[in-house]
Amino acid sequence: MNFDLTDDQVALRDGIRSHLEGRFSMERVREGFDRSMFDELSEAGVFSLRADGFSWADSVVVYEELGRACVPGPLVGSAGADAVVDVIEGRGGDAVWVEHLASLDRLLTIGDDGIREIPAASLVGAEADWPLDPLTPAHRVESLPAGELVGTASEASRLLNELTLLTAAQQVGLSAALVDMSVGYAMTREQFGRPIGSFQAVKHMCAEMAVKAEVARAAVQAAACIMDDPSTGDEMRSLHGAKIVAGEAAIMNGRTATQVYGGMGFTWEVDVHLYLKRAWILETRFGSADSHADAVAEILPPADRSQR
Amino acid sequence: MDLRYSDVDEAFRARLREWLSSELPKLPEQPPRDDWSARRGWDTDWQRRLFDAGYAGINWPKEFGGQGATPSQHLVFLEETTRARAPYVGVNFVGLLHAGPTIIAEGTEAQKTDHLSKILRGDEVWCQGFSEPQAGSDLAAVRTKAVLDGDHYVVTGQKIWCSYGQIGDYGELLVRTDPDAPKHKGITWLMLPMDLPGIEIRPLKTVLGSSEFAELFLDEVRVPVSCRIGAENDGWRVTNVTLSFERGTAFVSEMVDALRLIDDLSPYVTDPAYRRELGHLAAEMDGIWALTKRNITQAARTGVMGPGSMMIKYAYSELRQRLGELSMKVLERDVLAVDAVGEFVEERLRTLALTIAAGTSQIQKNIIGERVLGLPKEPRP
Repeated sequence: MNFDLTDDQVALRDGIRSHLEGRFSMERVREGFDRSMFDELSEAGVFSLRADGFSWADSVVVYEELGRACVPGPLVGSAGADAVVDVIEGRGGDAVWVEHLASLDRLLTIGDDGIREIPAASLVGAEADWPLDPLTPAHRVESLPAGELVGTASEASRLLNELTLLTAAQQVGLSAALVDMSVGYAMTREQFGRPIGSFQAVKHMCAEMAVKAEVARAAVQAAACIMDDPSTGDEMRSLHGAKIVAGEAAIMNGRTATQVYGGMGFTWEVDVHLYLKRAWILETRFGSADSHADAVAEILPPADRSQR
Repeated sequence: MDLRYSDVDEAFRARLREWLSSELPKLPEQPPRDDWSARRGWDTDWQRRLFDAGYAGINWPKEFGGQGATPSQHLVFLEETTRARAPYVGVNFVGLLHAGPTIIAEGTEAQKTDHLSKILRGDEVWCQGFSEPQAGSDLAAVRTKAVLDGDHYVVTGQKIWCSYGQIGDYGELLVRTDPDAPKHKGITWLMLPMDLPGIEIRPLKTVLGSSEFAELFLDEVRVPVSCRIGAENDGWRVTNVTLSFERGTAFVSEMVDALRLIDDLSPYVTDPAYRRELGHLAAEMDGIWALTKRNITQAARTGVMGPGSMMIKYAYSELRQRLGELSMKVLERDVLAVDAVGEFVEERLRTLALTIAAGTSQIQKNIIGERVLGLPKEPRP
């Protein structure tokens, strides 16, 4: 058992991190997702990890970095695709919100009967004037076209699991970045003549954030390792668990970071709100923490009404 | 990165499982909680069985009589013994997890010869003597004084929260040998033979209604200088060596136990809202368990515990409090009698201590904030 990043994975993480730091500054991220961003990430190999022989454990290392850099866009749907693709759960006729519609080549839907493909051009919807995350434009599509069946039901549940894992990895990245930002701020911001991070009230908030992020990273990497080798654990339980703890870490750390930053945390200028808003949106994708918690409870020994 | 146990580990697991399934049915019935001499007998009997079967001191180095297991085998050992509901380390805790490893790291050859194999065989039981009424979270404020008189230290003072004080043969004792030095520089770590004249032991009744701890009153107790571990006034450093073992694998069997408790509670949880909460708690516990595997891997690779090791105790003990509260909600009026349904209410009471003992959650968060995140210390008054 080596449940720690290998030397290759450390190199992979450091490589993608320095690439993102060089090319995807917050200044650029704040301009939102566009085709040039997709092309650059594509060129960097982000969307072809599996085809290039990388494991799921490698993939979550990369997607954590995308989260850490707050890179916007349909990043998990485009994984393995040669185009800008998003994936949502739903079926023909549903009223749905579609992210990044203007940038999409196609939308995949995951439903009971399998995976369906809808060309972006056939999606009609009104764009929200005031999107929650300014970097995630949202269109309201009142009636989802049925689309063409391109994958079986079992392929659909496979795809759903993979996208859930990569989304959880992004959530870990958000939560970890929020720790670093808060600690950095708490070290430099002074009140009462000393850095606020020296006060236990603030220090303890930072410690709680760090624990959330660290537990979430372990959970997501464990789920990835089990996806790579299902004999090493309970694949569904670890996957549900990963989405739960990563989602909660991202949201809680977003809220706590806002608190650490005080009034500045409430401003548009400070990046914290972009992370928190992304965290709220990722929580709505591929199952909320609560829905995954219900699924974990289903895996536990069943309730026995004769006991109560 | 993977979670695969090696073939060697799996073979070890299979052997251990087989031994447990043949040995556990032979155990006598567990004695009552407050019968300390019976508890000592029962726990040390189990330790002797482990010793005879070649499982005692699973992670101690071979040269000191241990099994020299790799960290992953140690994990297998703890997983399997807990799952099989084998006895907990019990009264052997301080000897096996605190004092023994400290003697291995810091003791003289004579001290190693005198104590290590007895601890492994279950022939020597240790108790704790670190905290004092005025030195809890601020452990370095210990006042119990030791004055050198020839080849003895004359020790006078008071200790509290002494686990296994009622039946210990030796205590791990922190004393102040230099009252004029800064508080971290004047402490010495002594082995206290518990049969010396001048030691009074008073059981301390806890919320469980039983005496899980004792108070020690020391009145001019003459402790041989040969009982000192490490140098005089170097005891704070030695203490940190002792406590570092607690950040290792001391909580692993507790965690496996918590996973089992979640399974045990689940049949009683019929309300959908409570089932959802149980699902959340199971997921968090799985995450903490994964972080434990991360820490153990890092320790095996580098010899040093990573940052996650400083987070485990806080994360685990806080989760355990929430699990305890959920049990109370689920049992409703059945909480009125502690033993009405399973061990849930007793566990709820017992685990109240988890966020206090071995460094409160607040102290843990200071450690995480300062040592892991590098935040500045609060100015000392």
